Amino acid sequence: MTFRKYLVLAGITVLAAAGDSMLSHGMKQTGNISIHHLQGVVLAILNPWVAVGILLLLAFFASYMNALSWADLTYVLPATSLGYVLLALVAKFALHEQVSPLRWLGIALISGGVGFVAGGPELTAQEYEVSSKDPLLPKPGRSGAPAMGAEP
Amino acid sequence: MRHLYTWSGILVVVFFSVVGDILIARAMKQVGDVHAIVRQSGVWTVVGRVLSNSNFFLGVAAMAVAFFSLLFALSWGDVSLVAPAAASLTFIGNAFAAKIFLHERVDRRRWIAAVLVAAGVALLAG
Repeated sequence: MTFRKYLVLAGITVLAAAGDSMLSHGMKQTGNISIHHLQGVVLAILNPWVAVGILLLLAFFASYMNALSWADLTYVLPATSLGYVLLALVAKFALHEQVSPLRWLGIALISGGVGFVAGGPELTAQEYEVSSKDPLLPKPGRSGAPAMGAEP
Repeated sequence: MRHLYTWSGILVVVFFSVVGDILIARAMKQVGDVHAIVRQSGVWTVVGRVLSNSNFFLGVAAMAVAFFSLLFALSWGDVSLVAPAAASLTFIGNAFAAKIFLHERVDRRRWIAAVLVAAGVALLAG
């Protein structure tokens, strides 16, 4: 794991939490959207909080795909679940909401899970072997690890 | 009857979330290590490979279905049940599916992590 890869994992965590919070804040300002008043969707997107929230979530998805290109799904998901903890901490210290003991227990469990998975390897070795034999591969020889070492 | 609707909704959300995650993960493994590709031939090569990968589009479609099923499930059940149940069951479902379909080595360390995070999410959002 390089520093850059840790940065990507941190990016996933922060971008998802920030994007969700901004979207939620913006949607509370715009009010309810019903199936009969679909123009409300357009108004919602024009709200700056919603627009920035969507941009952050797009950035989150790009980082998520980046991480999945070099790490296992069962590594990325727990490793980035600190976002839930981040949201609870923002609720407690920025929004001054009440965080119950049960929620603190939840925070402890998630942090424990992250600690567990972060100590292990991020990628199982057989992965590339499997994907290079994958019949669903669109263009054989172009993807996967074996081609990476070669000069373009 | 309402419970049945709510839990069927939750299971549909979990199913499509897991399918979406697995397909996106598979697509990105087929694309290859993004950092290495960008170093070698630039970011547009990555964009081209992602956009020519059918698993990527199927994955995004599955995630979209999961999102809209979540909206339906939320209209049938309480948000305090539906959101945490769907999120935490997705963690467990992903661990099983990654082992079966992506052949990831889900060792004891990863199982414990998945279960701890799933339990934590259920408590946090409940």
